[in-house]
Amino acid sequence: MSSRTLPLLFLNLGGEMLYILDQRLRAQSIPGEKARKDEWTDVDRKRVMNDIIATMFNKKFMEELFKPQELYSKKALRTVYDRLAHASIMRLNQASMDKLYDLMTMAFKYQVLLCPRPRDILLVTFNHLDAIKDFVYESPAILNQVDETFRQLIETYTCLSDGEFQLIRQTLLIFFQDMHIRVSIFLKDKVQNSNGRFVLPISGPVPWGTEVPGLIRIFNHKGVEVKRTEFTTAGNYVTPQREGSFELYGDRVLKLGTNMYSVSRPVETHMAGSSRNTASHAKVSSTAPNPLAKEELNLLARLLGGLDIQKPGGGETGFRLNLFTTDEEEENAAQTRPEELSYKVINIEATQERREELSRILGELEVAEPHPDSAGKGEDLLALMDGL
Amino acid sequence: YRRERTLALRSSSSALYNNLAVLCAPARPPRAFGAVHGTTLSLLGTEGPPRQLPARGGGSALSTPLLTQAAWCQLPARVLLVLTSQRGVQMYEADGSTLVFWHALDVPEHPAAHSAFARGIAAAGERFICVGTSSGAVLVFDIPPKGTNVTLSEVLEQHRDPVTDIAAEQGQAPDGAGDLVTADDSGTLCLWSTGEEFTLLGKIPGSGCTCSSVTLWNGIVAAGYGNGQIRLWEAGTGQLRAQVSAHARWIYALDLAPLTGKLLSGAEDSFVHVWKLSRNPDTDDVEIQHCHAECVTDTQVCGARFCDPAGDTFAVSGYDLGEILCYGPA
Repeated sequence: MSSRTLPLLFLNLGGEMLYILDQRLRAQSIPGEKARKDEWTDVDRKRVMNDIIATMFNKKFMEELFKPQELYSKKALRTVYDRLAHASIMRLNQASMDKLYDLMTMAFKYQVLLCPRPRDILLVTFNHLDAIKDFVYESPAILNQVDETFRQLIETYTCLSDGEFQLIRQTLLIFFQDMHIRVSIFLKDKVQNSNGRFVLPISGPVPWGTEVPGLIRIFNHKGVEVKRTEFTTAGNYVTPQREGSFELYGDRVLKLGTNMYSVSRPVETHMAGSSRNTASHAKVSSTAPNPLAKEELNLLARLLGGLDIQKPGGGETGFRLNLFTTDEEEENAAQTRPEELSYKVINIEATQERREELSRILGELEVAEPHPDSAGKGEDLLALMDGL
Repeated sequence: YRRERTLALRSSSSALYNNLAVLCAPARPPRAFGAVHGTTLSLLGTEGPPRQLPARGGGSALSTPLLTQAAWCQLPARVLLVLTSQRGVQMYEADGSTLVFWHALDVPEHPAAHSAFARGIAAAGERFICVGTSSGAVLVFDIPPKGTNVTLSEVLEQHRDPVTDIAAEQGQAPDGAGDLVTADDSGTLCLWSTGEEFTLLGKIPGSGCTCSSVTLWNGIVAAGYGNGQIRLWEAGTGQLRAQVSAHARWIYALDLAPLTGKLLSGAEDSFVHVWKLSRNPDTDDVEIQHCHAECVTDTQVCGARFCDPAGDTFAVSGYDLGEILCYGPA
């Protein structure tokens, strides 16, 4: 509903994706001298992270992202992350990509749900961006791109009212509705129940600007307080200490959105039993197919256009990253994934329109930039075709 | 109170303000429940299987719009089920079987920075249904006793922020107190007297904290806010009469039982509270007492409604919950 939701969704999911990839790459990396041709090294890891982050914060992409627009469908968004994850020499099988996306979405759903105030979603975003800047601190050019986006976030969002932030939050919660995939790191930390639902604590600090519940104040018709009474409930709340910073640099105070993965804590998701109740099926988009698919492809087409897609071939074999502990596990996961949880990633070649042209785009390594003076958003794609 | 039964919905409820509609019958259990799930309204009636009503207005270039709220509007002559969405207002016969009226909002072709939607529904003045919009305008529809000849009678333009909720006087309004209250995102409350022409009687300025839910009873406005507070205002004078630190998170729903003055509040903090409003006959002070607290474990409450006019029973809906929880006397 809020037309300003997409940047926050994209950046936070992207941030989670980077945390997970970084953890898996570190877990699977081998010291440089000992590495065989098909094994990861630290250098490879940094290269992958830099490539993905550079693509994510590409100036044109960000411009497109920050335009007021409705949220993409789940399918369309998943396809964007597919492309993003493959922006470098790294390759992921379908099963690993599915697991990656499950982890990303459940993590951000958790963060949105537990945000004390709707405005704190911005602090969560800043936590992700702070960490991303840490990943690329050695590359000033990419760091600059991230800082630019940071500034744009501040400019776009800090002036919004609480009501507008709540609308953004409600829009995000509609997007995440009915997703109850169990994540082992959440289960272990007792933030998620075995039925896939998150634990909502009824203790701890209240949000900044809220009072600890319990006080009733009565005023007379002149506005003078005449009585105070108290009531008690099961909750155990305290006043918060300070507010997080919304500046470019600062202590965010909030822990949501910081990196919860570390090399020693492998992350698994559990498929079995996660969708017993009909109402809790992960929602495969059952609304009419989004005719805005043209718009979504437009963004993807531009993304593809800006990329130098590394085709695995010749010397490089295309390093494969496995999100599971063994290859057998990955294979097994692919075969046992419940139907209702399959993402049905948009296969661009399968669309009815412009089938041949789109196949050609995918096949080529470089694509012409769209005409700068195209009439409207939907026209860009057609102009792109004409330019080929 | 204690938990009585759980009614299964076809789909879970979305995190939207006042997301539970109940069609009450005077001396019996409710006839129907409704909760919004994204683009559809999940309906649960006493007869027949559960149903779903979709949002209207998805044209060829637009995807299915999201619903924001649904409510049964009980007028003397008829009861209509009203749905508000990103595209407009849909009115159905009470059982959801027939579309009576559709009003499309002026929606810009390309999304503007400010989202467009309708939100806030109330029956008012015996023959009107009022619906709020994201521009702050309140649409007043004149409802004929039967048939589909609904007309837009007036557009009230006093709010400058998106409307969140609208409530009509459920008891006896003291003189000059007005019989309708409208609330918005900035916490501003407007008091109106209804009729051929609606008149603005008073405005209580907001302080930037969203008022997400509001009720009006015997000249007392009860308002729930984003900072978890419930405030009671004197409708006639705009004077603040009580302030309650009621919830630890954003309040999503308020409801009032007109026979007893019981007030129900539900919030993101998983709690539902029952309060008792009264007026001290000697001092004329407004009083509010806490009666009961329910914790809906691991659920952010998004809808709460009394199921009878005395407030002996109530129902609760929550985000991602595929059920409606019903509570009755202990």
